[in-house]
Amino acid sequence: MSGPTTGERPATGTRIQLTYREALREALREALQRDRRVFLMGEDVGRYGGCFGVSKGLLEEFGPERIRDTPLSESAFVGAGIGAALGGMRPIVEIMTVNFSLLALDQIINNAATILHMSGGQFSVPLVIRMTTGAGRQLAAQHSHSLEGWYAHIPGIKVLAPATLEDARGMLWTALEDPNPVLLFEHGALYNLRGELATDAGPVDITGAAVRRPGSDVTLITYGGSLAKTLEAADALSAHGVQAEVIDLRTLRPLDEATILASVARTHRAVVVDEGWRSGSLAAEVSARIMEGAFWELDAPVARVCSAEVPIPYAKHLEDAALPQVAGIFDAARGVVTRGG
Amino acid sequence: MTSPAASPSQPEQLAEATPQHNVQLLREMLRIRRFEERCVELYSATKIRGFLHLYIGEEAVAVGAMQALDPTDAMVTTYREHGHALARGMPASSIMAEMYGKVEGCSRGHGGSMHLFDVATRFYGGNAIVGGGLPLAVGLALADKLQGRSRVTACFFGEGAVAEGEFHESMNLAALWRLPVLFLCENNLYAMGTALARSESETDLTLKAASYELPAWPVDGMDVLAVQAAVRRAATLVRGGGGPCFVELRTYRFRAHSMYDPELYRTKDEVETWKRRDPIATFSARLIEKNALDSDGLARIEAEIGAEIDQAVAFAEAGTPEPVGELTRNVYREATP
Repeated sequence: MSGPTTGERPATGTRIQLTYREALREALREALQRDRRVFLMGEDVGRYGGCFGVSKGLLEEFGPERIRDTPLSESAFVGAGIGAALGGMRPIVEIMTVNFSLLALDQIINNAATILHMSGGQFSVPLVIRMTTGAGRQLAAQHSHSLEGWYAHIPGIKVLAPATLEDARGMLWTALEDPNPVLLFEHGALYNLRGELATDAGPVDITGAAVRRPGSDVTLITYGGSLAKTLEAADALSAHGVQAEVIDLRTLRPLDEATILASVARTHRAVVVDEGWRSGSLAAEVSARIMEGAFWELDAPVARVCSAEVPIPYAKHLEDAALPQVAGIFDAARGVVTRGG
Repeated sequence: MTSPAASPSQPEQLAEATPQHNVQLLREMLRIRRFEERCVELYSATKIRGFLHLYIGEEAVAVGAMQALDPTDAMVTTYREHGHALARGMPASSIMAEMYGKVEGCSRGHGGSMHLFDVATRFYGGNAIVGGGLPLAVGLALADKLQGRSRVTACFFGEGAVAEGEFHESMNLAALWRLPVLFLCENNLYAMGTALARSESETDLTLKAASYELPAWPVDGMDVLAVQAAVRRAATLVRGGGGPCFVELRTYRFRAHSMYDPELYRTKDEVETWKRRDPIATFSARLIEKNALDSDGLARIEAEIGAEIDQAVAFAEAGTPEPVGELTRNVYREATP
């Protein structure tokens, strides 16, 4: 495992304003320009411009052979991505949402994740699958779930969750160069996130977690759509004299355990913030790793802030109540800081 | 439903090919039969474990179909794939070592009977999820099309797969994008123990394929020459850029589904009726009748095959178990700098 990283290159060029969506699009454009083997396929990625507008304009630029609209056949086009990867291509498959990816679970779990090992190392699957995850847009219980933790359970695939513009811009190329199947989870609430990015921003590592904010009193561990909320909670904690360190996991499988444990060894307290449900969650895994690897460093039990264990509801106030929020993260962090030690 | 047993088509004419080629077809079928018979013995002797799905009775399908494929073509197949692997030219020794779970096996002992893989012959695996191989075949063909190669991907699957969504999604996608996939449906009438008529509202499988605009035709899968002709015709279309083709190979499994099957779902009479159409017995009788082969010649072939299988078993016996320290190797491939 590598140590802590910032997940970004030193910015040398000028900086421009853009959105998470545009950063993802720039990453796609770069990949299509750099490697003839790369192509994008999925539902409505071409003429429609992508269901969330990520691939808008790419059909005109790269043509229908490389920007391929597919029928609503998740299993067939994900499997075709696996087959094309076996056949020497570098496919990027887009699935509209993680909920729809369940229709392709057979291909992802039984084929993409197994073929290298099951074939005794003969066939690898250099495939990238992008999909939207997460709630916060009142899309109710079949478009809002956070199942990336499920995928992080599976050996043979890698799971990424870009939470920043740098990672949205930089993770794709690195994932394409990886000889293994990589799943890239784009949080739906982040597409309109606007910020600054260096014009020469490029590929980033996909091996390590990043310390997004240093602190000495408590470690807040999160990823994806919860990063911004966690940073906001850290600001509020700071105003109350609690210095929180915020870790963005970035890569959910394999987990960068070293960065987590090193931070907990400094702060002696940890809160895991995960938009997935608590039972059997990624938060549970992180918590267990801390227990296994840093038990004697802890001054208080590890706390978790997860989604309420309900199908995500439509009504705004109910959806808000179901998800991790700044106030809940703040309270959980205060709770572990005032306990023990 | 019409029973192929009750109405075998006219045998394909022998005259089309050279006698040597026909003897070679017989030899390949016999090789599969004897190999699997040995597997049954080794299973009883607990040398082979897990599931073991036998191809006995269906040999004409793999051997006939393989005549249409070039060495650079790809194959995707099912968990009942010993016959395909042998006919494709994978060494019997590496297949047997795989059954034994040894490092010398074609999948280093990680796959077993259901997951034979071989990069040298572009054999992309026995897939043990019914229907799960079809999307892979579509993707392999897509890669060929995008890279301007005129190769064919042959995709074998049983009639049980026709009930899976992946069958329909794959037929549609391959036809929509005119991809070079040769869909070879081995209809042995039973999805494990469920008869076709008990699981499909429409039992004419070629109609289903045709509804996706694929050229589709059935063939008597017990006649190796008929299979050879039908699949060659389909492969020529596919290779010529005509898009995917579908061939239904009407065949029958003589043995149980796997080693744990009391066969409650079919009668002994039915099995015996089909056995009278044994593709090996009928074809060797025809070759002998036409003086392409005599009993001495057949005995020589049997002896050669017996020796090859003995050698494969010895190779597997002498093989090495993978060190447990290597257990997690190949879960991920290391990036090459």
